Amino acid sequence: MYRYDEFDQSFVLERVAEFRDQVARRLSGELTEDQFKPLRLMNGVYLQLHAYMLRIAIPYGVLSSRQMRKLAHIAREYDKGYGHFTTRQNLQFNWVELARIPDLLAELAEVEMHALQTSGNCIRNVTADHFAGAAADEIVDPRPYAEILRQWSAIHPEFTYLPRKFKIAVTGAPHDRAAVQVHDIGLHAVRGPGGKTGFAVYVGGGQGRTPLIAHKVRDYLPEEDLLAYCEAILRVYNLEGRRDNKYKARIKILVHEKGKAEIAAAIEAEFAQLKGKTLNLPEADVQAISAYFAPPSLEQLAATSAALETAKAANKALERFVRHNVTAHRNAGYGVVTVSLKPIGEPPGDATAAQMEVVADVAERFSHSEIRVSHEQNLVLPHVKLDEIPALFAELAKHNLATPNAGLVTDIIACPGLDYCALANARSIPVAQRLSERFADIARQEEIGDLKIKISGCINACGHHHVGHIGLLGVDQKGKELYQITLGGSADEHTSIGEIIGPGFPTDKVVDAVEAVIDVYLGLRKGPEENFLDAYRRVGAEPFKAALYADA
Amino acid sequence: MSKAAKPFRPVAITANDLRSGIVVFRTETGDWVKDATRAEIALDPAKAETLLAAAKLDHDRNIVVEPVAVAFDPESRLPVLLRERIRAQGPTVAIPGSV
Amino acid sequence: MTVYDVKRRAFGEDAWSFPADDEALPQGPAAITKARFLRDRETLLARNAPLGLVLVAGETFDGIENDLNRFDLIALKFLRYADGRPYSLARLARERHGFKGKLRAIGDVLRDQITLMLRAGFDALQPTHEGTIAALRDGKIVTVDHYFQPATREEREEGGYAWRRRPA
Repeated sequence: MYRYDEFDQSFVLERVAEFRDQVARRLSGELTEDQFKPLRLMNGVYLQLHAYMLRIAIPYGVLSSRQMRKLAHIAREYDKGYGHFTTRQNLQFNWVELARIPDLLAELAEVEMHALQTSGNCIRNVTADHFAGAAADEIVDPRPYAEILRQWSAIHPEFTYLPRKFKIAVTGAPHDRAAVQVHDIGLHAVRGPGGKTGFAVYVGGGQGRTPLIAHKVRDYLPEEDLLAYCEAILRVYNLEGRRDNKYKARIKILVHEKGKAEIAAAIEAEFAQLKGKTLNLPEADVQAISAYFAPPSLEQLAATSAALETAKAANKALERFVRHNVTAHRNAGYGVVTVSLKPIGEPPGDATAAQMEVVADVAERFSHSEIRVSHEQNLVLPHVKLDEIPALFAELAKHNLATPNAGLVTDIIACPGLDYCALANARSIPVAQRLSERFADIARQEEIGDLKIKISGCINACGHHHVGHIGLLGVDQKGKELYQITLGGSADEHTSIGEIIGPGFPTDKVVDAVEAVIDVYLGLRKGPEENFLDAYRRVGAEPFKAALYADA
Repeated sequence: MSKAAKPFRPVAITANDLRSGIVVFRTETGDWVKDATRAEIALDPAKAETLLAAAKLDHDRNIVVEPVAVAFDPESRLPVLLRERIRAQGPTVAIPGSV
Repeated sequence: MTVYDVKRRAFGEDAWSFPADDEALPQGPAAITKARFLRDRETLLARNAPLGLVLVAGETFDGIENDLNRFDLIALKFLRYADGRPYSLARLARERHGFKGKLRAIGDVLRDQITLMLRAGFDALQPTHEGTIAALRDGKIVTVDHYFQPATREEREEGGYAWRRRPA
């Protein structure tokens, strides 16, 4: 993985010093709250429902064991002993004191981390496929490009006060695990003429109150033009994006209002001026960054592991874990292991300091000290020998980290909701917990198959409900929590926005309603091989509406 | 058309402590405390305005941030709305690792 | 002492006047709006004193690109410090249109934005925020001077990758 050089280290330390100065000025009264707010946001500090919340950047979701241990330490020393992994591959601490944040950031800098640009109207933490560098279906490793973009976007002198936040996602496999079509810029790395790396470029996707799927503005952008093209997009957006209405300020609205053709032309015109100049990306630099992401030295092994097969035959729980939480690795004899942060009945994405330490330890023992954070709020150990999965499973199981539910109905995404978030209108976590308990039976989960439930506690859609196969949106109706159900959303290479199925359900009815939807699916599917999304796309909303609103 | 004035509901003043960020309520003595039940409750609009004005002074003096008046139930001595009750009492879900 | 000159690292008196559109131009350096320039272009350019242009965030150089170097001063007004359009305009003035005169940032500028402004090509600052003025005067700006992208200001290529820069 990427390691800071002296330049990066100096940069981060200077930034910590700068923020220390800003916090001191705020506490002394030199800065008012209005003046301080954008400065703290640019450093990831929010004022949430209960306290200050710090959002730490985990660039494209990649962590080392050493970094994870530091996060565990911070959870204990500066917070209440836990953290929340988010849908943007970040980590949030919910209870930090403002006066101590500069010290906390200095500790983070010791392990080459920061909280820079995890909020504010700037280019946010760049996200990527959480299986990058390991997945069998990968064509181009997106991490070097995500790293280059991370660097280029750091305190960008032109793009730090944009109309609104700006999110870039990169993927490099045909199956899109990074949801690039619902980002401000989505980059899909491909091999072009002569095997050279380039990008299909998508612009103007996003969720929030106006979910829109991005438009493809380029089929193939040569690698060397990556930064110049992004700068062109950002410049057009910075100058033309709406600033009169916060809710219409994202680039998706600009693209929607002006039309794809006009925006694409504006981007191309700006790009023509920038191409081949100072932002040209030299091949040698790409190679130097890519070298950091060279695969660890993996052994030549047989495709199947006799040890694992024997252990599976003797242990049904292990067999289930492997079936659901282990994905094909590009290297024979290895697997990509999903560590579930969705134990039955627990808040999705939360991990205690002790659990973080366990993951750091097992990553060290079994996965070359590498950990990934997925936007599905799980952790991933990217390079595990199949032979060692039984030992890994046993260790994870001891700490409630081996729930065999990756991709199943209890692998629920949920935002923090009204339990933590100042913007929320309704709670998300308790609904996720009750759904998880309702479907706790693993045999039933397996019968239901692939199903993504995503819950947001307000229209800002941090819980990605628009792209859930089943999405729940919490709203406040005269002081009562109400949940709207959307069906048919998806955030992969066949992205679609879920459709609102009808009036919302009160909190004591919503779990029954979701179960009713699932029962309808089970009743009408062609067979177990037709998953929920495919079945929904085949039959449409009507059968589900009929079941949910039979009495209406 | 002028809207009919809403009937007044009792309120208390809440904010976040500037240094720590924690949720605090303003007491009769002008202190800011974590315990919502110790909040001073305004039973009429004039009192509510006085209390909020005093709280805003504390904001300007960099003691608290985002002071607001929230509807308060004088019986339970807790906020009326779910959001404000969660602010006053903490998340409705268990803190991970606390059990 | 209202305008900070970046090269001299000091505040100085403002030599420029900023007359309203319906006011007669005073003697000496005067900065005018884009609307006035478009209306009275010929007369203004014939005038025998330095001419400046004031743009408010939201206005662009459209239609006057080729006239920019007739100005000795371009002043960009930040309406709110969160409105980042002037950064793009500054870079375009310098990099795209080759503007060589003074580029001044006017408005509620926080000291934390100053490095961004300088990197975007501004070389004069007219802040209204007391703390910013004091920090500039006393040279007390805590900032970052390792950069990860080329910008407008002349800087050293340093740091091992094409996109990295240090102050010149």
